[in-house]
Amino acid sequence: MSDSGATQRTLASRSQRWLKQNLFSSPLNSLITLVCLYLLYKVGGAALNWVLLEATWIADPQACKAGAGACWGFIAEKHRYILFGTYPYDEQWRPLVAMLGFIALICASLHKSCWKIWLLPLWIVSLGLLGSLMWGGVFGLTYVENSLWGGLPLTLLLAVIGTICAFPLGIFLALGRRSHMPMVRVICIGFIELVRGVPLISVLFMASVMFPLFLPEGVTIDKLLRAQVGIILFTAAYLAEVFRGGLQAIPKGQYEAAEGLALSYWQSMRKIILPQALRLVIPPTVNSFISMFKDTSLVIIIGLFDLLATTKGAIKDPQWRAFYVEGYVFTAALFFIFCYSMARYSQYLEKDLKKGYSH
Amino acid sequence: MSRLTPPLPRSDANKRPWFLQLFYEEKTRAIIYQILVTGALILLGWYLVSNTLDNLARQNIATGYGFLSLEASFGISESMIAYSPADTYGRALMVGILNTIKVSIVGILLATLIGTLVGIARLSPNWLLRQFSGAYINTFRNVPLLLQLFFWYALINTSLPKPRQALNPFGDTFITNRGIYTAIPEYHVAYWWMLAAALLGMLGWWLLRRWAIRRQQATGQPFHHGIAGFCLTLLAVIAAYLLAGAPSAMDAPVLQGFNFKGGWNISTEFTALLLGLTIYTSTYIAEIVRSGIESVPKGQWEASNALGLRPGQILREIILPQALRVIIPPLTNQFLNLTKNSSLAVAVGYPDLVSISNTTMNQTGQAIEAIAIFMTIYLSLSLGISLFMNWYNNRMALVER
Repeated sequence: MSDSGATQRTLASRSQRWLKQNLFSSPLNSLITLVCLYLLYKVGGAALNWVLLEATWIADPQACKAGAGACWGFIAEKHRYILFGTYPYDEQWRPLVAMLGFIALICASLHKSCWKIWLLPLWIVSLGLLGSLMWGGVFGLTYVENSLWGGLPLTLLLAVIGTICAFPLGIFLALGRRSHMPMVRVICIGFIELVRGVPLISVLFMASVMFPLFLPEGVTIDKLLRAQVGIILFTAAYLAEVFRGGLQAIPKGQYEAAEGLALSYWQSMRKIILPQALRLVIPPTVNSFISMFKDTSLVIIIGLFDLLATTKGAIKDPQWRAFYVEGYVFTAALFFIFCYSMARYSQYLEKDLKKGYSH
Repeated sequence: MSRLTPPLPRSDANKRPWFLQLFYEEKTRAIIYQILVTGALILLGWYLVSNTLDNLARQNIATGYGFLSLEASFGISESMIAYSPADTYGRALMVGILNTIKVSIVGILLATLIGTLVGIARLSPNWLLRQFSGAYINTFRNVPLLLQLFFWYALINTSLPKPRQALNPFGDTFITNRGIYTAIPEYHVAYWWMLAAALLGMLGWWLLRRWAIRRQQATGQPFHHGIAGFCLTLLAVIAAYLLAGAPSAMDAPVLQGFNFKGGWNISTEFTALLLGLTIYTSTYIAEIVRSGIESVPKGQWEASNALGLRPGQILREIILPQALRVIIPPLTNQFLNLTKNSSLAVAVGYPDLVSISNTTMNQTGQAIEAIAIFMTIYLSLSLGISLFMNWYNNRMALVER
């Protein structure tokens, strides 16, 4: 008994020490702690009440108006519209399956043990399968026009296809920027600086308003595709700068050694320089993927139905108009889950790669 | 990079025809590549331009910037210069540019302030404060800015009362869902004199500072130029106010019909946009400030502690000047991002450059010209910010020995 008493005492003194060190080390610190605790009590209590204790869970606007807390019935009623937009109601299992497959594929490719050459054909095949699932028209699935796509699958699609295509383009731009050929260099610098200097919204405007003017009469390109191309070009310019950083960080000796081996430019890039440079810039690459994921929400401005647009659409329903906070909180939570887990992944990777370099 | 070693001799090199041999020469190949790339680009450009000209001719849209001097005939809800629908498109765009600059400057100042505070709080010895700032950063940086803008705008619009039931916290200040209205001094020439006096006072302050530094270097005696200079400037301003006749007339907002008129007001749209931009950017700035401070070696803290400096003093005089060198370049990027993100104003109806260009584009059909104008302006704004920040960066870097 006395033994456990001693442990308890040390535990108590330890927690006392922790409290003293972390919360009450000086008068100012104690004051900050008290203010924080008060805020936590006030804001946290109000939030808890709103989210859980006083929330209404049934999908009835009248009951919601009577309740004091959040109206999660609104989400229960509208979640399929928010998640899938105007995709035909009976077929919504298809975007759901496609989306889960997509997420699984992304998770698998994020793991280091999967960074092999077979990842490339796997992606191509999977993208083909996902596309046929979304569009239909094969395997007995009904055809669904892509103007009906919306919600989370559209957001994911724009972001992931955007990254996949922007990645190689960004590499070429970064290499071009460091090229010895003045014309190539000028063109790449011009493109990168031009795109990075303007807001994404203007690139999207260009894709939606100006681009149709560029095409010969009778040729039209799908709006979704145009927005996608705009996002790809925009992201490629940002990725190019990330990759340039990686290329600059490779010691000169590596370039010289590659030349000493009489490798051609593309051989030395492919086999020696790029693998090292890309490894160095994985964390900032993930970061630019996160910002692209968030930026896809801008397509609402040119009239595409991404996750944010479907949320806005759900709120427009006159019956439920009062519950915009729930709608935005739900969508914000979805975005948060994706972005935060990617951010954590990037931090983990950074630590992991550093570990790899130290020995 | 030039080749360090001559290319390895190839046994079959001589058997190739001369033009292929030429192709294997690095220099010739570079020239050929460049000709190909440039040619492809010119061809693409020519193709796009000729298509565009065809399309424009078919749709009877005249090219050129003549539309800028036509009457705009649309109203703009807020403007820093006098504007009415009878003014030209050119003037309307000018209003947009000024509105973009206004929200960017205020946003940059506020975001830097909040971001720095949160970044420092992230390193506080107080565990609770660290968690709070961490939660703030993680929440607001992982949710799209556009969503935040929609949210703030809806929140302000629905939770604040209509002008007739305006909140009246003090004096002639009214808070409504149309914006915040407050009284300002009526125009009087005295305010120009006060401005001139303030500028003169600051000049005096600067001269005083130079003199104080020189004296300290020569004799070792410090002079508190901060307090003295501030008092000098304040006295000059007060003197100017009194000498010019001490005006006291105020321009107060008055409820007329459905809204307030007169006084000084901040619109709901501006508030929502500013709130979103500031909070979103401040999370990035906080992380930049945190990593900047962490980059200063721990020994610097210990050394300044040993010198008996107070924590605030250490941060201000020892740590921040060193951290700034790491902080400034990424900070510049955030300033640029904030300026570019202000283009999301179109989503909450704040009449910024993009929003007004968009209206112009819809009315005149001059898509190419309108987009060209606002892209050029954003590019010059970006360039301006980069130049200023690079200048500042170089100044800070000079401290290095």
